[in-house]
Amino acid sequence: MAVQATKLIIDELKEMATRLRRHIVNMTTAAGSGHPSSSMSAVEVVAALYFGGFLRIDSQNPTDPDRDRFILSKGHAVPVLYAAMAESGYFSVEETLTLRKLGSPLEGHPNMRRLPGIEASTGSLGQGLSIGLGQALAARIDGRDSRVFVMTGDGEMGEGQVWEALAAAGKYRTANLTLIVDQNGYQQTGAAKDVLDQTPFAERIAPFGWHTQTINGNDIEEVLAALETATGVTDQPTAIVSETKKGFGILPVMEEAGDLNFHGKPLSPELAEKALKLLV
Amino acid sequence: MQIGEASGLKIGQATRDAFGRALEALGTDYPDVVVVDGDVGNSTRTEWFAKAFPERAFNVGIAESNMVSVAGGLAAAGKTPVVASFACFLLCNAFDQIRMSVAFPGLNVKLVGSHAGISIGEDGPSQMGIEDVGLACSMPGISVIVPADAVSTRLATEAMLKHNGPTYLRLGRPDVAEIYDENCKFEIGKSIRVREGGDVTIIANGLMLAVALDASTQLEKDGVSARVIDMHTVKPLDEDAIVEAARETGAIVVAEEHLAAGGLGSAVATVTSRTTPVPMEFVNVGDVYAESGDAAGLLEKYGLTSQAVVDAVQRVKQR
Repeated sequence: MAVQATKLIIDELKEMATRLRRHIVNMTTAAGSGHPSSSMSAVEVVAALYFGGFLRIDSQNPTDPDRDRFILSKGHAVPVLYAAMAESGYFSVEETLTLRKLGSPLEGHPNMRRLPGIEASTGSLGQGLSIGLGQALAARIDGRDSRVFVMTGDGEMGEGQVWEALAAAGKYRTANLTLIVDQNGYQQTGAAKDVLDQTPFAERIAPFGWHTQTINGNDIEEVLAALETATGVTDQPTAIVSETKKGFGILPVMEEAGDLNFHGKPLSPELAEKALKLLV
Repeated sequence: MQIGEASGLKIGQATRDAFGRALEALGTDYPDVVVVDGDVGNSTRTEWFAKAFPERAFNVGIAESNMVSVAGGLAAAGKTPVVASFACFLLCNAFDQIRMSVAFPGLNVKLVGSHAGISIGEDGPSQMGIEDVGLACSMPGISVIVPADAVSTRLATEAMLKHNGPTYLRLGRPDVAEIYDENCKFEIGKSIRVREGGDVTIIANGLMLAVALDASTQLEKDGVSARVIDMHTVKPLDEDAIVEAARETGAIVVAEEHLAAGGLGSAVATVTSRTTPVPMEFVNVGDVYAESGDAAGLLEKYGLTSQAVVDAVQRVKQR
């Protein structure tokens, strides 16, 4: 494997997480739309994958067949992905401010056809794990060492296709496939437990033949340890149930706005300014 | 009388069988081909490939959504996945997965739908793919191929594997007439003029091509010279052949084993209305779901016979 992963030390990773959060606020407020709170919950996991020594990728050679893959199945949280990609050198941080604008490849949901480094076009929920399974099986056929990480939301687990993919990956024992469920507790119209309770995730996923862990996904050290464990499993696919808070990092601002879900809306310029003061 | 018999054609393999044998035979020359099956491989005939190349075949169970997206992932990683199911389950059940995991990203997935049309017979309308061509054609970038016999299916299978892009191949269940010999030249997007004629053109594909040939044989006896075109590719459509037919014969009948909406007839009419408006008639399943029964009886009851094509020709010539 020629491609190397970037590995920062803990303090640097924490700084990186803060930087990603600032980018998320800046780009969604500039766009005037988007899903900042859905992005915020996933920051530690994305930071750990891209900068904590796990994702073997090269932004200068984004189609390297030996690369690892990260698929953001909860495609509406794409600002967190663009933030990490900008910090990885796929494009400049300035370009993240073109999010959702006509002509920009940084679309409202990931579009692999327009942006190298995007591994799946998502936005219709429920498909990312299946796509990741296909990529994991392709690596197996070719005898490649590459690994696929897929992130779904907890609301997304309402899609039956995810459970189809869980069963199929269990059948084929794709140890090079890791699912991270970003369990931030909310979906579009309310709390996930009220809309359609799919919990407990680990207990439901494990019987399909998966190795499971449940962690505090906003604690970078717990995330690193869980990814270390998952990537060490050699005989079954692995799932990390990542218990997070939607909007983690800007919660005081969301509280002030009176909305702890804050789904699918950007911070106003005034709230963004307050959020950026928190993110230092 | 069997379809094609009036035209002196022999009954040969079903298109699904020809596809299955072709895929198995091409497996060595096309090492990137991978089969993804939704537990109907013994119906779609991908099981023959799976037995020959077990390390390149995955049966993901009765889960068409996952099946199609897994194929998308395989294609994104450089494979040429062939994902096969009944036409109705593939296109109708997994429509959004085809949209998001195949068509929108433009991935090189080969979608194969067997048991298309009402000629599957006794299993009934829940198993009949009669919306599939319209659904496949509605998505940007997908090539849609409906071969008529075993030889052209074999050639279509290889053409599909060579073509880089999403493709839908539509296959039937029953044994069908042998129209072509080994000299058949098959190219995606290029129709084949199967019979010369100057008074009217019958454009058909799939099972209905042999029906159209029977109709033209009957019309010949009545002194009407009907051109017959095998429009095996519905998308991209061979517009030149349609324009030429309209100019040279002045009337067109389109025959297909599909609903009226969204099929070959709509596609051809879009071309003629824009370029060369001529009187047209359509022979298809119409706007209804069929029923269980024997294939011949169903084709008769739902108007997919050579007599129905002859009648359509007579109507179109009177206009």
